[in-house]
Amino acid sequence: MSVIEMDGLRKEFTVRVRAGRLRREKRTVTAVDGVDLRVERGEMLGYIGPNGAGKSTTLKMLTGVLMPSAGRARVCGLRPVADRTRLALRIGVVFGQRSQLWWDLPLRDSFALLRHVYRVPPGEHAARLARCRSLLDLDEFLDTPVRQLSLGQRMRGELTAALLHGPEVLFLDEPTIGLDVVSKQAVRGFLAELGRAGDTTLVLTTHDLADIERLCRRLVVIDHGRVVHDGSIAALHSRYGSRRMVVAELDAALPAPPELPGAPVQRVEADGRRLVFALESASVAEVVAGLAGLATLRDISIVEPDIEEVVARLYRAPAEVG
Amino acid sequence: MAEPGATGALRAYRALLGAQARSQAAYRTSFVVDLVGNMGATVFDVLTVLVLFGVTRELGGFTLRETLVVVGLSSSAFATADLLVGNIERLPRYVRTGLFDAVLVRPLAALPQLLLMDLPLRKVSRAVFGLAVLVFALASAGIDWTPGRVALALVAPPAAVVFFAAVFVTTATVSFYWIDSGELANSVTYGGRDFTSYPVTVYGGWFRALFAYGMGFAFVSYHPALALLGRADPLGLPAWVGWASPGVALVAAAVAALAWRVGIRHYRSTGS
Repeated sequence: MSVIEMDGLRKEFTVRVRAGRLRREKRTVTAVDGVDLRVERGEMLGYIGPNGAGKSTTLKMLTGVLMPSAGRARVCGLRPVADRTRLALRIGVVFGQRSQLWWDLPLRDSFALLRHVYRVPPGEHAARLARCRSLLDLDEFLDTPVRQLSLGQRMRGELTAALLHGPEVLFLDEPTIGLDVVSKQAVRGFLAELGRAGDTTLVLTTHDLADIERLCRRLVVIDHGRVVHDGSIAALHSRYGSRRMVVAELDAALPAPPELPGAPVQRVEADGRRLVFALESASVAEVVAGLAGLATLRDISIVEPDIEEVVARLYRAPAEVG
Repeated sequence: MAEPGATGALRAYRALLGAQARSQAAYRTSFVVDLVGNMGATVFDVLTVLVLFGVTRELGGFTLRETLVVVGLSSSAFATADLLVGNIERLPRYVRTGLFDAVLVRPLAALPQLLLMDLPLRKVSRAVFGLAVLVFALASAGIDWTPGRVALALVAPPAAVVFFAAVFVTTATVSFYWIDSGELANSVTYGGRDFTSYPVTVYGGWFRALFAYGMGFAFVSYHPALALLGRADPLGLPAWVGWASPGVALVAAAVAALAWRVGIRHYRSTGS
């Protein structure tokens, strides 16, 4: 049995839009439009899509906050809404812009409270807290009221809060949003560590594709409520034709862009002294060798495929069912 | 849930209450100021009645001492209900700030969590003052204390608390459908409090019919006071109606519970 199962999961909202001075029209908006997905134990799934694609709505349906309009969802074999409180004991949830912590109390107190809320045996609670304290460097602000924490510190607190009851599945909605580089690294490092242990399933929505590249082998791209890609990052690249690039800096511009087999010129910059080749079938060595016969090379650099660009292209493409 | 689940949940709720107390203690000065300020509100309820009796000797056929029993029942019950569940009127804010979602992903019922996490302990002074007014009124109204009346004096106040609490919850659920419904809710809750501060005989027509019997506010203070004072209802309802308040409170609680469940279901399907 998969830890998470979604079959034809669908969510429609009715919104009222102004139509004329007093009249309001009801309009149905489909936020999630028939998602079928299986997530296995220990998987780390990146769930991405543009604003309003239905990412958060999906997570809310899986955590029992929202009721699906149609379709079926199971998490740990439970029905999220009907078995909400039983499911809550087995999942952890981090909503990046909402807090599970007590604003006016020291961080330490929130953790103590959550032990009662989730009915965790003291020994287990202490062991998990000790692990989070060392991995997330919580000690320096454990006695600070939450309202005085920086966003990065608070997010480390939220992660700990979501894990103290040893959840089987951890849902993270934008866990790195608004964080500085150092805090992002800390959060990613921690999640990577959690994933390596292999017993926690992780579902992550994000706008920051570096999160995905660092953490998730499997990537689900959702747009207009539909899954448009489900697979590895490499599969995404090959499917949407993203390639490694070779950037060659030349001493002097060539009269015309060179034609190298298997490596078409993508861009010509700096008055022709910088050429960008896309590696289709040629290797880096072949490009360098081909160029060396034509011009004096000042510098060569290789640019890895930019997932952001791929995804941007994906979003712009008309919705096709993948 | 199983038995250990129930005791575990109780312990969890107690921990939430303790956290709320400590949170409020973080702002000590403002807490004390609010304690005093909140008492003022109930003092004014009583003063209003005293001022009225400075002008007239009787109010709707009731003397000052008799009216004070009505006032005492009403304001002690309202203040206690306001302390315990009054903050549910902040439901739109809970939804907007995401607290409502946060509460839904925890292994506890949503309503008790919201109430305990935002319990306005500063309103304690008001409830205590209301209770003092009630005790004073009962002691000075010259009641002929039969065992039945003693029982009623013990049961009617908590029943009135339950009734007001139910009104708070029911009116708050309207904001699941209509986010700006706060004023409408206030007109029923605070309107109800003002209505129950006087004998219903001072009101008339459809207004009395709606508030007193349509919504049941007559059973909060008026009818129990009649029964305690041993007076016949000038409006002609039988004497046993005075003992109906616990039943009415239970019905109100059931309506509130239903409204809450339906409201959450609506929230789950609309997410707004």
